[in-house]
Amino acid sequence: MTELFNRVIPCLLLQDGGLVKTTNFARPRYVGDPINAIRIFNEKYVDELVFLDITASRTGSEPDYDLISRIAGECFMPLCYGGGIRRLEQARRVVAAGVEKIAVNSMAIDRPHLLAELSQELGASSVVAAIDVKRDLFGRERVYHPGQRRLTRLSPVEHVKALVAAGAGEVFLNNVDRDGRYCGFDTDLIARVSAAVSVPLIACGGAANLDDMRAAVDAGASGAAAGSIFVFYGPHRAVLINYPDYASVRRLFKR
Amino acid sequence: MIVIVDYGVGNVGSVLNMLRKVGARARVSGAAADIEAANKLILPGVGHFGRGMTQLAETGLIPTLEEQVLFRRKPVLGICLGMQMMTRGSEESDVPGLGWVDAFTHRFPEAPGLRVPHMGWNVVRPSVNAHLFERDAAEAERFYFVHSYYVRAADPAHVAATCRYGCDFVAAFEAGNLFGVQFHPEKSHLFGMGLLRKFVAL
Repeated sequence: MTELFNRVIPCLLLQDGGLVKTTNFARPRYVGDPINAIRIFNEKYVDELVFLDITASRTGSEPDYDLISRIAGECFMPLCYGGGIRRLEQARRVVAAGVEKIAVNSMAIDRPHLLAELSQELGASSVVAAIDVKRDLFGRERVYHPGQRRLTRLSPVEHVKALVAAGAGEVFLNNVDRDGRYCGFDTDLIARVSAAVSVPLIACGGAANLDDMRAAVDAGASGAAAGSIFVFYGPHRAVLINYPDYASVRRLFKR
Repeated sequence: MIVIVDYGVGNVGSVLNMLRKVGARARVSGAAADIEAANKLILPGVGHFGRGMTQLAETGLIPTLEEQVLFRRKPVLGICLGMQMMTRGSEESDVPGLGWVDAFTHRFPEAPGLRVPHMGWNVVRPSVNAHLFERDAAEAERFYFVHSYYVRAADPAHVAATCRYGCDFVAAFEAGNLFGVQFHPEKSHLFGMGLLRKFVAL
């Protein structure tokens, strides 16, 4: 069939120019300098990096183009950026800085047509529909609006289908309830969302180890992303930028 | 000096970064004089075939490029859409390609379980005489791909490497001084650096 490799992707959060890691999308903990982290990931030959700027997303400020271009200048692997993208013009500037993929989350909820505009200009493969899922008080899965930090009434599967129809070439599915919890991915949700669309899906939220990533891929994800396991180490969660060696990643996905 | 042809399409910054990383003298330019002065050229590109060709035509650089590439035989490396534009044309658009290489660009067939674009890391199988790939590599060379269309070469001798995604397709071609790669060496860390080093050393 195909020999396309499943990607294992560190997902790194930016806040005020520094690297942080959250738990349940809250309590950001400073874990270091982004450029330094990229240099380490370069040496470990990571498959891809995702950077999400949580400041730009929440405050409505412009993307930090200077930081983005310093990040892109150090990345010798595919790079996806998300945070604060509201208009085509902003996406253009981020791409011009050397980023291949633009993730849109809050704005895809507010104005899904933005994805069509980005897709027409940049090509669908550069447009990532990012979606955060959280359960409401009744345990129902809902799309979370990260910019406004509130739950919407949207159902994840329907929302993702609409965003892919609008022009997204990839889906980044994150999970608020599992973020930073080391409890494994929501494989049931991954299976339902990936079955609903024909574009690649990257699952994020909950990974404790590589076996979890294998489970996400078995459920239908093309790649698995994680934050905590790539920036923390050991029972006391000491900060340590790390990534498994290539042979163990390949062994992991061998069927 | 390697000139990365700037025609407003493609991630030229990353290509420049990696060329500098491997120690090459390189610059991004859309000026005919720079292209004439270069000893090697890189034709980058991402996105829609018709748009890429139209943008390139609008710069007025095509005659200069053809002079340098087809008559002066300077090595040229097309990356992704840049490679596809070196073929005769594409199923993506009615706009003809540059036609430097006897090849044509096709859409991946619809098939169950085959997600398009072909996006991610994949291994390639180099041909015996390919100049930009490792001979007897200890580890299969893998590269980062993002594309929905692929190249089929008329002459099997031009195939420098193949890759499999649903079908076997041309991951790289080589016809004299004309080189094309469907993947993104500038985003393929170790392996991309190896390939660009070989292009620099040609």
